Amino acid sequence: MSATKTISMIGNRAISAVWRIGMASRFFVLTLMYSGSSFRRMHLIVKELFSTGVMSLIIIIVAGLFVGMVLGLQGYETLQRYGSESALGVMVALGLVRELGPVVAALLFASRAGSAMTAEIGLMKATEQISAMEMMAVNPIARIVAPRFWAGVISMPLLAAMFSMAGIFGGYFVGVVQIGVDEGSFWSQMQAAVDFREDIMNGVIKSFVFGTVVTVIALFEGYDAPPTAEGVSGATTRTVVTSSLAILMLDFVLTAIMFRGT
Amino acid sequence: MKRTTLDLWVGVFVVLGIGALVMLAMKVGNLGTYNVSETYQVSAYFENIGGLKPKASIKSAGVLVGRVTGITLDLDRYQAKVEMSLDQRYKFPKDTYASILTSGLLGEQYIGLLPGGDEEVLHNGEQIKKTQSAVVLEDLISKFIFNQADASSK
Repeated sequence: MSATKTISMIGNRAISAVWRIGMASRFFVLTLMYSGSSFRRMHLIVKELFSTGVMSLIIIIVAGLFVGMVLGLQGYETLQRYGSESALGVMVALGLVRELGPVVAALLFASRAGSAMTAEIGLMKATEQISAMEMMAVNPIARIVAPRFWAGVISMPLLAAMFSMAGIFGGYFVGVVQIGVDEGSFWSQMQAAVDFREDIMNGVIKSFVFGTVVTVIALFEGYDAPPTAEGVSGATTRTVVTSSLAILMLDFVLTAIMFRGT
Repeated sequence: MKRTTLDLWVGVFVVLGIGALVMLAMKVGNLGTYNVSETYQVSAYFENIGGLKPKASIKSAGVLVGRVTGITLDLDRYQAKVEMSLDQRYKFPKDTYASILTSGLLGEQYIGLLPGGDEEVLHNGEQIKKTQSAVVLEDLISKFIFNQADASSK
C-alpha cells in the first residue's frame, strides 16, 4: 500500500510543479500584455527603478569591487608562476564580463530586490489591497506587476555593467596599484583580448535574461503567495532559492550556447 | 519621496549604468581600438602561420598599423593565405617583408612588417611577396636535438 502511496505522491508533486510553471508562464504573458499601459505611465516605472535599481547600487558596486580585488590577487598568484602576470587584465576582464558580472549581480539582485518585490506584493495580497484594486476595476497586473517587471528588466543589465566595471577597477587597484603589474600591458592586453560583440554583448544579453527570469519569479511568487504571514515568508524564501538556482542553471545553458568553440 | 528627487536618482542610476557599458566597450573591449579610419587590404602567403589568429595585430616598428582579417588555406599552393587590413595612413613599399613574430615567450602572435626600399607602395588588393613563417618551438627543439645527436656520434 505504501509503495502506491509514494508513487502517487510523486505524481502529485509533478502535477503541481507543472501546474505552477504553467501559471507562471500565463502570468508572464499577462504581464507583457498589460505592459503597454504602464509605459504610458512612466512615473510608475521610475518609482520602481528607484527601489530596485538605485537602492541596489551600493551593494552591487561594493561587491563588484571586492570580487575584482580577489580576482586580481588570485589571478596574480597563479599567473606569476608562469611569468605572464601581464595577462592579469585579460583574466580579470574576461572573467567579469562573461560570467561573474552577470551572474553575481543577478544573485545579489535576486536577494536584494527580488525578495523585496515578493514580500511587498505578498503583503499587498494578504492585506487585500489587490482585491480592493480589482473592486475598483483597476487591473492589478497593469498597475502593480508590469511596472516592477520592466524596472527589473531595465535595471539588471545596467547593474551588471556597473558590477563588471567596479570589478575591473578592483582588479586594477590590486594588480597595478598594489602589486605593481605594468599598467600599459594590463589595459592593452585586456583590450586586445576582450571583443565587444563576443564578450561584452553576450554578457549584456545574459544579464537581460537573468533580469527577466528573476523579476518574473519574484513577482509570481508574491502574486501567488498564500495571504498569510507564513505564506509571505515562504514565498520570499522560494523567490531567493528558485531564482538563484534558475540563474546558475541558465548561465550554464547560455554559456554553452554563446562561448562554445571559443 | 518627492517626485523630482526620485527622478534625479533614477537619472543618476541610468547614466551610471550606461556610462559603465560605454566604458566597458571603449576601455575594456576593443571597440575603441578598431580603426574607424580608412583601410586597405593586402594579402600574404605563409608556409606556416603557427598560432596566428584572425584579428591579430599587425605592427611595424612596434606600432599597430592594422589587423588580420582572415586566414585560409590556399589549395593551389598548400600555403596559408593571410588577409590583412592596414590603416590607410600607413603606406608600405612593395618589397616589404612580413614575418610572424611572438610577443614575449608565451605571448600572442602578430605580424611584423619590415619595410624595404622600393619606390612604389602597396595598394589595395596587392600581395606581400616576401614572408617568413612563424617559428614553431617543436621544430626548433627537434633540430637542436638532432644536432646534438650528430655532434655526439662523431
